This record gives sequence, C-alpha cells and structure tokens, in this order.
Amino acid sequence: MMHIKQEAEERHVLTITVDNEAGILAKIAGLFTARGYNIDSLTVADITENHAVSRITIVTHGPPSQIDQIHAQLERLVPVHKVVDLTEVGPYVQRELALIKVTGVGEKRVEALRIAGVFRARPVDTTTGSFIFELTGAPDKIDSFVALMRDLGLVEVGRTGIVAMIRGQHEA
Amino acid sequence: MTEERSGANILVESLVKQGVEVVFGYPGGAVLPIYDALFGDERLRHILVRHEAGAAHAAEGYARSTGKPGVVLVTSGPGATNAITGIADAFMDSIPLVIITGQVPTGLIGSDAFQEADTVGISRHCTKHNYLVKDPSELAAIIDEAFQIATSGRPGPVLIDIPKDVQIASAPWNDAPAQRRQRYAPRTEGSAEEIAQAVEMIAQAKAPVLYTGGGVINSGPRATALLRELQEKTGAPVTSTLMGLGAFPADHPDWLGMLGMHGTYEANLAMNQADLIVCIGARFDDRVTGRLDAFAPNSEKIHIDIDRASINKTVPVDLPIIGDCAKVLDQILTLWGDRKGQDLTAWKARVQEWRGKDSLYFPLSDKAIMPQLAVQRLFELTKDKNPVISTEVGQHQMWAAQYFHFFGPNKWLTSGGLGTMGYGLPAAIGAQLGNPDSLVIDIAGDASIQMNIQELGTATQYRLPVKVFILNNEWMGMVRQWQELTYESRYSQSYSDSLPDFVKLAEAYGWKGIRIENESQLDAGIQEMIDYDGPVIVDCLVAKESNCFPMIPSGAAHTEMILYGDTVAGTMDDEAKALV
Repeated sequence: MMHIKQEAEERHVLTITVDNEAGILAKIAGLFTARGYNIDSLTVADITENHAVSRITIVTHGPPSQIDQIHAQLERLVPVHKVVDLTEVGPYVQRELALIKVTGVGEKRVEALRIAGVFRARPVDTTTGSFIFELTGAPDKIDSFVALMRDLGLVEVGRTGIVAMIRGQHEA
Repeated sequence: MTEERSGANILVESLVKQGVEVVFGYPGGAVLPIYDALFGDERLRHILVRHEAGAAHAAEGYARSTGKPGVVLVTSGPGATNAITGIADAFMDSIPLVIITGQVPTGLIGSDAFQEADTVGISRHCTKHNYLVKDPSELAAIIDEAFQIATSGRPGPVLIDIPKDVQIASAPWNDAPAQRRQRYAPRTEGSAEEIAQAVEMIAQAKAPVLYTGGGVINSGPRATALLRELQEKTGAPVTSTLMGLGAFPADHPDWLGMLGMHGTYEANLAMNQADLIVCIGARFDDRVTGRLDAFAPNSEKIHIDIDRASINKTVPVDLPIIGDCAKVLDQILTLWGDRKGQDLTAWKARVQEWRGKDSLYFPLSDKAIMPQLAVQRLFELTKDKNPVISTEVGQHQMWAAQYFHFFGPNKWLTSGGLGTMGYGLPAAIGAQLGNPDSLVIDIAGDASIQMNIQELGTATQYRLPVKVFILNNEWMGMVRQWQELTYESRYSQSYSDSLPDFVKLAEAYGWKGIRIENESQLDAGIQEMIDYDGPVIVDCLVAKESNCFPMIPSGAAHTEMILYGDTVAGTMDDEAKALV
C-alpha cells in the first residue's frame, strides 16, 4: 500500500514587478498551477504613471525548497523585472481590505456595531436591518473580525488579498 | 529610408536580417499572407513538412546540429497545436527555436472562429516566451527580441502568434536595427569568490567527477574545448547525461560513459562514491539521480548552470555558479593556472575496478541479431565519416547512447527531457539540411518510427540522403521491458501488431529499402546503406525480447544496478511503481 506524503510548509509573501503586458497575469498564475505551487492570495495593479509596470503581491505556502523554486521560476519569466520574498527579506507591512455584510436587529445589531468600533471597521452602507463594514488590516485581524461576525448575522465577505511592503526607508 | 510594408513582408525581411536560411513549415489559411510574401523569395529556403510536429522536430534537429536557431512557420488552430509537442520538446531540452504561428484576424479572436485556438495560452508553459502581435509596427522589434531570447541564456523555443489582419496591414519599415527592449540579460559569469571557491574545492578533491550535460553543447564548441582542458588539468573522470554526449570524447581513458538509469556501472558508482561532483550544464534529472536520498551521499557538489531555476531544484548543492558553461570554465581555468590537484591514483584504481564489471556486456545469440551488436556494427562502419545521429525514444535510443560513441558536439540529436517518440526522423531531416555533406542516421525503433513516418516524403522532396536504421523487435521495447520487470510480464498493449513492410514503405516513398534478417547480412546491409546516394530505410530484424541493461530500476539507488545476467524479481512495490 502506498500513501501520499505531506511536507512541512511555510507561508511566504512575494512581490513581483512585471511588464504590464497582455497575458502576464495568466503567465504568473499559470506557472503556479503548472508546477503545482499554491496561491493563497494574489493582488495586482499597475504602479507607474504610464501603466508600463505592474506590481503583483502573491501569498503562497509550501516547503522551503519549493519557495526557493517559485522565486527562481518567477525570475526566469522574461517580463518579470524583480521578485522579492518579503518573508525572507522582512520585516514588512501587510494590509488587506475587506467588505463584510452583516444583517440583524436588536441586541445583535448593537453588538456588531460595537465590535466594529473596537476593530475600527467603518460602516459604508447601512439599512435598518444591515451593515456593510469596511475593514483594513493584516489578514489575521480580518479573520478575527469575520469570526466574531459569524454569530451576529454575517451574510457575505469580500477580501482583496494583501499588498505588502518592506519596512524602513529602502526599496526592497 | 522608411517605407510602408505589410506585416508579412516585415516578418520575412526580419527573418532574413536574423540570418535565417531555412524555415520549416506548412501553409494554411491564417498564414497565407506570409506564404505569399515568401513566394519566389530566394533568400529563405522553405522546407515543406508533412505534419507540423515534423516541422518543429526538424527545426530542433537543425538547431541542435548547427548551433543556429531553428525557425518554424505554421498556421493557426491545428497547425499550432500539432507543433506543440515539438515546442514542448525543445523547451525541455533547451533547443533554440522561433515559431511563427498564424492566428485568426484580431477581430475574430475569442469568437471560436474557424481554425482558432488560443495558441498563446496553450504554448505558455512550453515556451520560454511568447507573443501575440496586435500591430505590424511591433513586429520588427518583437522578432528581434524573440531571437535574442531563444538563443541566449538557457536556450529555448519562443513563439510569435500573428493574426491574419496584422500580416496584411502595413507599418513603417526601414533597414535600421530594430529597437529592441533591453530587458533580457541573463547572468553569464560567476563571481570572483565563486570561482575561487570552485578552484579550491576541485584542488582539494581526492575523488572528483565531472558530470556534464546538454548545457556544454548549448554553450558552443568553446565550452567543449574548455571541458577537455579542465579534465586534462585536473585528471578527473568525466561522465555525461544523455543530452551531453559528444562534449567529451568517448575514446578518452577518463571517459566513464553515460550515467543514470541506463548508464554504465563505472559512471554511476563514481557518482555514488565521489567526494566532489562538478555538475556542468546538467540538471540532476530524475533519470540521472535515481533515488534522491541515496544520490551521491558523500560528495560536495558544484553546479554550473545558466538557469538559476535548475539550481537546488531536486538536489541541494554546496556551490552554485550561475553562468554560461564556457565562460565559467574559462574563469576556473584561468584561476587554476598551473595548479596541481590531489593525487587521483587511488580514485582511478577504484574506477578501473568498476570498469572491470563490463556493464555493457551482452550475450550474443546465434538465433537473432542482438540489437546492441547492430548498433556496435553501425558505429564501427560509420565512425570514420563522423556521422550525425538522431534517435527516436525507447530501447533503441538507450542502445544508441550506450554503443554508439561520440567525439565532438552537435553530432547527437535525441529527445531527452520530453522523451518524444517520432522525434528522430524529422530531426534527421533538419540535421541533413544544416549539414548537407554529413552522413545523417536516425537510429529508430519499429514503434517510434511510425509516429512521424509521413516525413519520409519531406526527405524525398528535398533529395535529402538521410538514413533510417530501424532496430525492429516488433515491440514497444521499453514498455515491454518495464512490464517484464515491474508487472510480471503482463504485456499490456506493447506488441507492435500489424507492422508495415518497411522495405516496401521505403520504396513507396522513393527511398531505398534494405532488410537485414541475420547477422551474416548485418555488415553488408549497413555498408549498402552508407554507399547509397539517397535516403534509405534499413529494417534490421533484431532479437525480440532483449532488455536494455545496465538499468537502475525506478526508485533505486545508483548502487542497485541490474546488469545482464542478474535475476530480476518481476515485480516492484507500489512506491517504486509510482515513480516516473
């Protein structure tokens, strides 16, 4: 009998600067699927005035040797300018934005609003029976908030995935 | 002077500018404007293949045997998808190709138009880079960059998908050099510290091995010369992967032969017992390493490779040097100077002992021609002509690697990484075009040769005197061998039933056909093939159930080789069966 073995895994945050050309996102996301790597979240937007360069933030997890391969494989792509493994280079700041819809009346509604205050989540839409909260922060903060809302009428969650940047005065 | 030219015209001019002489292709609706631009143009020689896979493999054979990039031109949809196998093959084996595919007009992309396929999407992970050209004014720069990317760094295939309207629309064109984007600049040299450390490690080694691969061939003839120089200076024995054969002369006393699954006993034992492995342009492929946790357990490893992603991929190394083989070898040799390494007498004595196993021994048979013997005789009778050899994939390929010997680069064309049956015939055609005066032989098997048999017509059309030497054992021999060794001889679908009469098939295509049925006809048949001034198929009937030994079974270590005469269990545990 044979069973599939699992290896110990690490979470890494990578930022990738790329030429903003057609198909680049498919190329990068496809590299992850083709080689069996994981994507936990992926964000992308162009960051230059002439829209020529985009910055992609990918959160991945895998065994350390695989993380090194991901780095190398990404760097091998022609339109990729630079890959930075923030987890490796660290420390870094990571932020994610979430929209969280909660419905409820009475006690639960008051409690939801009170907890939102504690988390500095902002109501961006309100009806007499619902809120949409906007919350920015590190992923675990959003996780905690969402977990608390589950008992208070959570209906829907939308998250952007993180953007991240190295701390201090220098570019990574 | 700037003038308006059509996209198709700009493409043709750009190819000429790149020094392209031969294009392997097949016309179709979405490339008609390009074929019209080629019409009557004497500067580019178009070779009409019979199937687009043939075009890609022929371009590979041309590239591998000449060192120049191979160019492919095919239509959209099925034209492109048929070429994909050859493109994936070139990607695995680092062969520089530029593939031009036609595409449906820009406005129809995504509409499921006739002969539409998402070529850029399909080829994304088997090309080094690819482009969809949306404006003819981008063409010149894209083609220029495509050739740069295909041929520099770790070489590979680059695909350019050109919609039909972009081929017809016009854009300004002038003879000035294209404005290439300066964005691809692979690292080619090692740092001073790395070179110093490498020299120190080599100088200290008491049991070193040079483990070389296709990267030495790709780097060019200079890398081959420098490898020989490094070997002379250090005295280290040399082994090579399948792809690297020819980089080091096979008649040298320190040549160990090929390593890996069907490598020699001395090569694999030397790797296992070495205290230093210098890997030059190879990538620790699973066919080379065998079981990873038992691979070269006591050695330090230096890995010279131009592709950073090849380093530490499967085997962690002590000193990676990212760079071009020739440049790094040159750096090492310069620093080495007149240094003397350690005394290797004891190490070489051990190697000699392993050689004593005579791992390539095979028993002769009085009933049938042993396939190994057929390759040996083919080698003996053709070696003075310094032939170019291509192969298909399977047992015959391994026998060719074991019993045919190479003395220089670019003479050995085989599908190593992807293992593509049907590679050999079109590759031989491409090689013959690039080397019109050479003897080019495809060593084939009865099953593989049928995978691109239609290319016989291509050789006929262009009067290419390629030779196809079929080791005909009426089996998909390697599949049969694995079934014998791991599935208790349950020969599921591996018998080559209903084989054609290869002699008649040859004649039907205007080739000469020769059948060799017994050992007494072997030399004469080979000689007749060599002497015939045109294409020949030799149908050499060989012993039907010979196995390819030595062999490291899947999932075993280098020390667990099976040699001829060893008893084989006939089954394997599931862990071993699950390996490739």
